[in-house]
Amino acid sequence: MSAAPALLLSRSAFGRLTNHGPALIGLVLLVLLVIAAASAPLIEHAFGIDATSIDLLAMLSGPSAAHPLGTDEVGRDLLSRLLRGGQVSLGVGLLTALVAAAIGTVIGVAAGYRGGLLDAVLMRFTDGIIALPLLPLLIVLGALDPAKLGLNPDIFKSNFAALARIVIIIALVGWTTVARLVRAATLTIRVQDYVRSAEAMGAPPLRVMVRHILPNVVSPLIVATTLSVGNIILLESALSFLGLGVQPPIPSWGNMLTAALEQMSSNPSLAMWPGVMIFVTVLAFNLVGDGLQDALDPRGTRRN
Amino acid sequence: MSRRLLYRLIQALVVLLVLSFVIYGLIGLMPGDPIELMAAGSPHMTAEDVARLKALYGVGTPLIPRYLHWLGSALGGDLGYSRLTGLSVLKTLGPPLGHTMALMFSSLIVAMLIALPLGVVAAMRHRRLADHTLNLAAFAAISLPTFWVALILIMIFSVSLAWLPTSGVETPGGGGVVDRLRHLVLPVAALALLSFGHYLRYMRAAMIATLREDWIRTARAKGASWMRVATHHALRNALVPVTTILALDFGSLFSGVVVTEAVFGYPGTGKLIFDAIMGNDYNLALAALMLATATTLIGSILADLAYSLLDPRVGFR
Repeated sequence: MSAAPALLLSRSAFGRLTNHGPALIGLVLLVLLVIAAASAPLIEHAFGIDATSIDLLAMLSGPSAAHPLGTDEVGRDLLSRLLRGGQVSLGVGLLTALVAAAIGTVIGVAAGYRGGLLDAVLMRFTDGIIALPLLPLLIVLGALDPAKLGLNPDIFKSNFAALARIVIIIALVGWTTVARLVRAATLTIRVQDYVRSAEAMGAPPLRVMVRHILPNVVSPLIVATTLSVGNIILLESALSFLGLGVQPPIPSWGNMLTAALEQMSSNPSLAMWPGVMIFVTVLAFNLVGDGLQDALDPRGTRRN
Repeated sequence: MSRRLLYRLIQALVVLLVLSFVIYGLIGLMPGDPIELMAAGSPHMTAEDVARLKALYGVGTPLIPRYLHWLGSALGGDLGYSRLTGLSVLKTLGPPLGHTMALMFSSLIVAMLIALPLGVVAAMRHRRLADHTLNLAAFAAISLPTFWVALILIMIFSVSLAWLPTSGVETPGGGGVVDRLRHLVLPVAALALLSFGHYLRYMRAAMIATLREDWIRTARAKGASWMRVATHHALRNALVPVTTILALDFGSLFSGVVVTEAVFGYPGTGKLIFDAIMGNDYNLALAALMLATATTLIGSILADLAYSLLDPRVGFR
């Protein structure tokens, strides 16, 4: 199998994915969410709203022509904040999943292909990370003092660095599933004849790993990465809700819920919308991931 | 079997030892200096007191000797004092652990009682309407943010209907068993919903796989009814991998516990960890995190043990 076609979903796999009812629903939801988040500036322009302007005269107002979903506790437009929060949550979720997948792939392929001591050390390391309680660990990582790591705390004042910090801390603990799956796939591939013949012809290990192993672990990699996005969005929102993830004034669905907590009895809709958005997004990724799992299954026909 | 168990225990202790170093290192990177914080909070402390405490806790010495010093006292049963409560860490850890165990086991049992039978139903109606519906419900449950579910439950049952209390483990001043149970209902519901989807999917997948085995076909061929095959032959075998996964899941259940306890103000280990980290209570955070890690490791050992006890083919090698 050559590298290029395996990287893309084959036509039949795509057909199987779109035949899978729930996966199709998930895919449609994802496309809609991405379009909505990406078109935030257009929607804001059309309604004359934005996510940051505070209007104390219009605090906690209900839906109106000026504010389609109403306003929050300092008069910021809820729809606009939901869309901007969506950009943050989707962006952080996807980027973190990719970084975690990259770490997991390198560790999984290296452990599976080289075997021996390297495999033992890397897998015990992976087991150790899995044994750590995930959310408390993320809380610790979120609370670390950048100054004690030799970083200038001022760099986290820029939006980009603040979001990069969250991507890094979640990716640092989120790569273990990918690493295990990729290692398992590598173990079955490295004994195949085409790998053996490449080795016999003197291909260096790095070349074998990149040219022959990697393209053939792409299927489990795509499935695991897609399924991980949902989990990562849940972790990021929980962390932001607890005040250790995305920090205000950058809106994220998690930190919007923290603010809504105080308005719970008077304005329940503030607590409703961000939660619904998290739920729909995570559900969409899970449905697509499950559909991909079936569609990319080498046996082809498994559907459950 | 006992040799294998011993081997697993030793392995877990080694992992725990390594992780204790990792956690110790991370806690040291949190903001603030515990001695300075203590001095700021008590005006009668003199500069000599501060210096003496710094020497006592080894602040300023390099990481590894400092860690070994901590490890030595920890192994001797001395985990230091909590900054938030002023009590020894061991005394501070005790009551929340009991509350968390009550919360985790209640929700585990509730989730299992609902999810496992439904998982069996889904598997037996594989690819029919009931299966699709249950599978979608499981996916929905997996995709719900726990803290949001907790918020919605409080909004409906505590604020609007005023049926159940919003937070805590009991009404201040004590209120007996019924009062404690009323405080458990909402946190257990939030946590059980989180586990429900996972358990249903595990049970369903295990049952579908088992129903495809040759010996199921044999039992059917010999005239056993579909119902009898499912309940007498398949279920017992399908429960083996499910038991294993439930024990392994204990660690991830703990992440849900942290969030649930934070929202409900439920004074368990999860909230304790959160409060300790946010309040710069180093000794307490360190000990509570180690406790959570040890719980996860014990879960994985129990999973291994359960697997070998339930499946005669495996044996505790």
